[in-house]
Amino acid sequence: MKLVWRLFPHPLLTLLLTITWLLLVNRWSLNSLVFGFLLGVLIPFVTQPFWPNRPNLRRPLKVAEYILVVLTDIVQANIIVARIVLFKPNTDRRPNWITVPLELKTPEAITALAGTITMTPGTLSADVSDEGHALLVHCLDAPNPDAVRDEIKQRYERRLMEIFE
Amino acid sequence: MVTLLEFLVAALLVIGGVFGIVGSFGLIKLNDPMSRLHAPTKATTLGVGGVLLASMLHAAAFEKYFSFHELMITLFLFLTAPITANFIAKVHIHRQETRDTMPEAGGDDHWATHDTPEDEQRRQAAPTPPADE
Repeated sequence: MKLVWRLFPHPLLTLLLTITWLLLVNRWSLNSLVFGFLLGVLIPFVTQPFWPNRPNLRRPLKVAEYILVVLTDIVQANIIVARIVLFKPNTDRRPNWITVPLELKTPEAITALAGTITMTPGTLSADVSDEGHALLVHCLDAPNPDAVRDEIKQRYERRLMEIFE
Repeated sequence: MVTLLEFLVAALLVIGGVFGIVGSFGLIKLNDPMSRLHAPTKATTLGVGGVLLASMLHAAAFEKYFSFHELMITLFLFLTAPITANFIAKVHIHRQETRDTMPEAGGDDHWATHDTPEDEQRRQAAPTPPADE
């Protein structure tokens, strides 16, 4: 059993790399499956010193829900932001910094949250505090900064808590 | 059926193009550096997304094969775009802002970009108690 963990330090990464390879090849064949699997075994093995810990996915099914929520938000927010860019004069716009206090602890979860905030238009994660307890978010137009902060915590952080912690 | 599919592909292309141009227009119109950063993230999400969906649909409907490269492009964009934006934001914070012009860093002392080696030493010398859980 120990030997298996030695050889496959990150089973999820192996799976992900194999699937990525298959998608890159873009045509199903046994050859590419075997080669993808080979890469999936080799790359985690060689880069093992970089990831001493295994990220802890508590509820993998929630990931699908999370992705769907984020995708719909991206579409909605895009339209809102396009309206701001096209029709709102710069003098009416209220760009603002927002501090989001973090309950998430694991670096993977915080990275996912920061990435999500940037990809949903209108908000952009700029920095973390020196000890990692808060996230600095820049808002394109935020007349009410507290509402934006609460929405980020409610919609994204709560779900990431369920997935990672 | 064929015309309907053609119509859908064309519509997706137009949507992608419109959001692409809005993103580029935003770069000119918005008037401070941090707001300008918002424009490229828009272009990469719906702008590129629309074109990629159109490409997948076209491959499936007219060339009779399923293409997954578009999914990979989306995945890689979603991985790289936030990192680029974050780097640019960090440069801005580093060069244009000081600790005093930035908002409060929650319960912590300052933002990570303004961290100095002295702070690091101070932290190691006297480890702060962990924030209450």
